[in-house]
Amino acid sequence: MEVYVNIAYLVSAVCFIYGLKMLSHPKTARNGNMIAAIGMLIAVLATTIPDALGNNPALSFQMIGIAMVIGSVIGAFFAIRVQMTQMPQLVAMFNGFGGGASAFVAASEFLKLKNTITGDSSFLVISIMLSLVIGTLTLTGSFIAFGKLQGLITTKPVTFPGQQILNALLAIGIIVTFFIIPASQNNLLYITVIVSALLGILLVIPIGGADMPVVISLLNSYSGIAAAMTGFVLYGAGQESAGSALIICGSLVGASGMILTQIMCKGMNRSLINVIFGAVGGDDGGSVNNEGKELNIKSYSTEEAAMIFDAAEKIIIVPGYGLAVAKAQHAVREVAELLEGKGKKVLYAIHPVAGRMPGHMNVLLAEANIPYEQLKDLDEINPEFEDCDVALVLGANDVVNPAARSDKGSPIYGMPILNVDKARTVMVNKRSMNAGFAGIQNELFGNDNTIMIFGDAKDMLTQLLSDLKEL
Amino acid sequence: MDYTTIITIFVLAIFIGFEIITKVPPTLHTPLMSGSNAISGIAIIGALLATKGTTVGMWLGFIAVMFAMINVVGGFLVTDRMLKMFKRK
Repeated sequence: MEVYVNIAYLVSAVCFIYGLKMLSHPKTARNGNMIAAIGMLIAVLATTIPDALGNNPALSFQMIGIAMVIGSVIGAFFAIRVQMTQMPQLVAMFNGFGGGASAFVAASEFLKLKNTITGDSSFLVISIMLSLVIGTLTLTGSFIAFGKLQGLITTKPVTFPGQQILNALLAIGIIVTFFIIPASQNNLLYITVIVSALLGILLVIPIGGADMPVVISLLNSYSGIAAAMTGFVLYGAGQESAGSALIICGSLVGASGMILTQIMCKGMNRSLINVIFGAVGGDDGGSVNNEGKELNIKSYSTEEAAMIFDAAEKIIIVPGYGLAVAKAQHAVREVAELLEGKGKKVLYAIHPVAGRMPGHMNVLLAEANIPYEQLKDLDEINPEFEDCDVALVLGANDVVNPAARSDKGSPIYGMPILNVDKARTVMVNKRSMNAGFAGIQNELFGNDNTIMIFGDAKDMLTQLLSDLKEL
Repeated sequence: MDYTTIITIFVLAIFIGFEIITKVPPTLHTPLMSGSNAISGIAIIGALLATKGTTVGMWLGFIAVMFAMINVVGGFLVTDRMLKMFKRK
């Protein structure tokens, strides 16, 4: 029986790897997700069936059944109800539950094993501690991130004097606790959990709303690492094959979160250390900094814009999060379809940090039935601006600010941007002249080839659509 | 107990993770995140095993099963919901 169980866990690990591999293309991605889900089902069955068939079942199936039903109902409820703009919150919340599950498993194993722990079990004890610490801080940190994204907690960085010293002390405290309290005492468990929970809160609370994409990517990685550590716990406790399954899957998730964290950091030209300890980036246009030279703004009407579009052949649309806030994705698609109907080429330029999490903008546009072939990432689209007639910037600001290329004094200097200023005409739609996330003015708006169309993105696009039809 | 085998598996799995995840295009990064989230719900098998034994351990296992199940069901469902929207022309 044991051999079959081991093979089943191996098959489920292969399903996860293959499923993730199929995510390399939108055509195969949906089936890949399905295969990963089947892998999970296999893993659950491999854990429960042998016990049910055995002579003296140790699992309480009634209890497991109830827990599974409650969990499924809650999970399904959020998965079905969530709006695409709220995806970062949902992922943050799920990260938290993932980390929490690992921590609870580690705690349960601790209570079971504490009396059998000898000097020989240091690997096991360290695994339990790591699983508890990472799992717990993922749980509390994720819920702070959720609160910030949902607007329940201020998106501004919450800082106080000595914050980083306190964090360092807490981290040291965990290590000291581990060395001075013997593993046979419950106090070790309680103190570790409480301090880790506090640490999770304190690490996320000073991070501003604009940096949340990095934080949720990082917590995503942590939830995987926590699962891998729990795998070591199970392995050490004699559940070798179940342990390996957790280690393999946890590593995959940990690696995935790490890669996304790197991509987000690169997209903002920030180091991870700077994001975690920097405490910059407030909410939308919180502090407007209008220093520097006066910009020569040219404000156009949608009618005039429609005439420019009529003469254009190649158009690149640059959506920012402001577009999603205005719920204007469908309006964009209608305008784009009309232009394509007139034989024009339309592409979309997606900056890595255009949304509120990695790939968020792509999902928001896909929801509005915009075909994925038209969505181009930074490296792909930048050469295209050179021979582009109109670049239409919708609710984006910092990611198109040329100061990132040229102005060494700018806070966003060095950040990779979309080179919209290379286009023949740049049209920028904004509600007003407020500065962007980074609180800095954008010189692009004063360029000779830039025209501004003020107003709500949705109203503007609807108006533009009817003006285009009238031509 | 000899831990070298399991550490080998751990290290190799990290490499596999980096290899396959770097091939996921930026367009699919959100579904990747929610999907990998669901996969981290693999903690459920640890949770199921944790329900064996002592009463306290059992209740901790109960909560762990619930949490992991939220992750698994919610994660796979929402990923499917998103991927369904990615269409060609």
